[in-house]
Amino acid sequence: MKTAERERIAQGFKEKMDYDQILNCMRCGFCLPSCPTYIESGMDESQSPRGRIAMMKAVVDGEMEPDEDVKRSLDLCLGCRACEPVCPSGVKYGHLLEQARDIINQNKKQSLPEKAVRGIVFNNLFPHQNRMVAATNLLGFYQRSGLQKVARKSGIMNFFPESLSTMEKVLPSVPTKKELKNRPNHLPALKRQKKKVAFFSGCLMDTMFMKTNDATMKLLQYAGCEIVIPDTQNCCGALHGHSGEREKSKEMAKRNIQAFEDVGADYIITNAGGCGAFLVDYDYLLKDDINWSERAKEFSAKIKDITSILVELDFANENLTLDEQIVTYQDSCHLKNGQKTFMEPRKLLQSINGVTYVEMKDASRCCGSAGIYNIVESEMSMEILDYKMDQAKKTRAKTIVTANPGCLLQMKLGIEREGLSGTMRAVHIVDFLLEAYEKDHR
Amino acid sequence: MLEEHLKKKLQSIVGQENYQDSKTSLLSYSYDATPGFQSFPDAVISPRNKHEVADIVKLCNQHKIPIVPRGSGTNLSAGTTPLYGGIVLLMKHFNKILEIDEENLTVRTQPGVITQTLIEAVEEKGFFYPPDPSSMKISQIGGNINENSGGLRGLKYGVTRDYVMGLEVVLPNGEIIKTGGKLAKDVAGYDLTRLLVGSEGTLGIVTEATLKLIPKPETKKTMLVLYQNLDAAAKSVSAIIANRIIPATLEFLDQPTLKAVEDFAQIGLPTDVKAVLIIEQDGPIEIVEQDMDRIAKICKENQAIEVTLAKSSEDAEALTTARRAALSALARLRPTTILEDATVPRSEIAKMVSAIEEIARRNQVTICTFGHAGDGNLHPTCLTDIRDKQEMERVEKAFEEIFHKAIELGGTITGEHGVGAMKLPYLHLKVGEAGIDLMRNIKLAFDPNSIMNPGKVFTDINRKRVVVQK
Repeated sequence: MKTAERERIAQGFKEKMDYDQILNCMRCGFCLPSCPTYIESGMDESQSPRGRIAMMKAVVDGEMEPDEDVKRSLDLCLGCRACEPVCPSGVKYGHLLEQARDIINQNKKQSLPEKAVRGIVFNNLFPHQNRMVAATNLLGFYQRSGLQKVARKSGIMNFFPESLSTMEKVLPSVPTKKELKNRPNHLPALKRQKKKVAFFSGCLMDTMFMKTNDATMKLLQYAGCEIVIPDTQNCCGALHGHSGEREKSKEMAKRNIQAFEDVGADYIITNAGGCGAFLVDYDYLLKDDINWSERAKEFSAKIKDITSILVELDFANENLTLDEQIVTYQDSCHLKNGQKTFMEPRKLLQSINGVTYVEMKDASRCCGSAGIYNIVESEMSMEILDYKMDQAKKTRAKTIVTANPGCLLQMKLGIEREGLSGTMRAVHIVDFLLEAYEKDHR
Repeated sequence: MLEEHLKKKLQSIVGQENYQDSKTSLLSYSYDATPGFQSFPDAVISPRNKHEVADIVKLCNQHKIPIVPRGSGTNLSAGTTPLYGGIVLLMKHFNKILEIDEENLTVRTQPGVITQTLIEAVEEKGFFYPPDPSSMKISQIGGNINENSGGLRGLKYGVTRDYVMGLEVVLPNGEIIKTGGKLAKDVAGYDLTRLLVGSEGTLGIVTEATLKLIPKPETKKTMLVLYQNLDAAAKSVSAIIANRIIPATLEFLDQPTLKAVEDFAQIGLPTDVKAVLIIEQDGPIEIVEQDMDRIAKICKENQAIEVTLAKSSEDAEALTTARRAALSALARLRPTTILEDATVPRSEIAKMVSAIEEIARRNQVTICTFGHAGDGNLHPTCLTDIRDKQEMERVEKAFEEIFHKAIELGGTITGEHGVGAMKLPYLHLKVGEAGIDLMRNIKLAFDPNSIMNPGKVFTDINRKRVVVQK
């Protein structure tokens, strides 16, 4: 990093970091045992939440320059926020991390290829659902062709680690063009109506994981919900927010608030922990924007995870049945630490006849997926995944259930890497619940 | 930064991967859990075995480089802040439990084992290691030994000191000695084990410890007692003990602490009462039940407005976990939180609690009090802002008055956190100048060049406390 760059970043820290929040950390160290990177790095304090906050403070205080090591430490953070619920001082670590990454990103000179990739992903792809559809179609083509070779030759694959080739194997087979086009925007309750909800369909969820979205809507219908799916909604912006593209994520937040505010829904339902945690935080994202802060608050207050509404509507008593099997659950970090939803999925799983639920050790520890972390920080991600799979294997589970697409892919990747694809499977909780519901209600 | 030739030598001892001196590493080990203290070391070194420790110590002794042994850095007296730079010695490779001896009821362990890991490992075999500092989820046994950590179970079971039977220690001259052992009786010479426990890393580096175990109590019950005035709570404590009952835990929280803890833990603690006691008893079921009945009766006789027995072990666990979070939960309220641990004979608890209230009022500072009422170990905790110079002066004054009051009541300036750098200016109140002289001479006999954790316990008496060191 050049001196001028470091100075700009340091200045950014001084101007923009929430210093009261930094001081709120009293360095008690209670966060340390919850931090996956602290544990995997062999208890290296500079890879811990306490260490990272100390770095942010030192940069603001002018005690140290934001050098490559500082950036490295912040890059290596999963952003899983496991440190937040265990922090007795209530430090909003996730917010501090976002601020720091945003400042670094806005002031750091990026290499040309990095800039190009970021530009495509953050500006041209995720914010536009039609392009996500196109990209998914492309993936469908990719899945059926030898395009990989071409991609490798172009040099673009150099950005991707080895785990990507395994990852590519576990991607779900994507829906066809036709399926992607005909998305519903209103569905009736299939039982006595109890609630009117709006469904946040998400960018990846509504393309690559479309079947899971369909299952979610079916469950809602079975549970007695009328569903509105506003077609002007777009990607939640989490990927941008976590990668130092804060302004872009604000734009996307505003579009979503607008899309949902007049539909008169009791709740806005999500089925991806990562999106939900970001949506629930829109009030923070837009807190300084007088035109939007109130609207954002109303929006955030309505966000609810699918498992949470199913428990509320007593779906657990719907006579859910599956073949005898051991099941374990991998928490979605953001569903647990961001939305405080962790008992609900377990309650639902335990209510299924035939299912023996076995909690795995450290189920709430991050699986290492963390957005695009498993691609950009492959080595650490795979170490974390290895630990996770060891715990999963000990439960002797046939099925690992997750509640977020990133976690789902990572679990599938883990199963593939362990050579267990014949005996173990990973599945999103809504797909699993639908299976259990339809077995007896067909 | 160390001179290049010293760096090379140290790297050749521990391997390059165990020698860190990047700015981020130095920063990350420049602090512990004590507010207001920060100082960069010159290097962070993680030796892999006792021989490497000995080699490092010899080199440092020859070149007079300070050494600060560090576990997880959770201590509250600035004991592991490298005030004079030098080397922070991490014990992260010393992370194995070596032996659980079921015949001699001992566990032999390396110092880098996490306290809770050790507790769980021995409990799995039906044994009990009682010392349970609030930071037990992350604190290391080596740190507990160096600080002589207490905890919630101190009243009935004692503190770390009461469980250390033997140590292996690298002395500042590089010699490796063993003290004590798996022996219930041992009067061969001075009791060096006791001297080393709580020596705050100023005498040597612990590389192995033999700890005493006891059989695990069969059952445990937990009770929450509410009061509308502080005095009644304090009197209940004295009355319980006077009735020949020694509970495993007898914790006290005042109203402001209660509010902060409830805000964090959200387990339905009442926030409209003036004080609560959390009481635990363990042992055979009949005795536990009998004791809890009697305790409930005594509390009611002493104006308790409500007595509730925890219904499940989860409820009980929630209560004690919430109590462990008290300090940090208070930290939510103001930017800076300064925790002290003035301790008095338990019969003087009521007087001390009201004295603290009065001192806080007079100095116009916010002090919340919680702590181990059963053993007289209180934690008056001041909520302040280190950026406010005037308030900080009042805080200092208030704490000074609290220390004097504690001594006046036959107590001490620190019950379980250690002197470190934080309470160094007040040590003379407790041990007197002659006591300090004696300690200094003992220190010099161990460490003539003063390389071991300099600036802690009694050197540098004139240094003002609560000062940020760059």
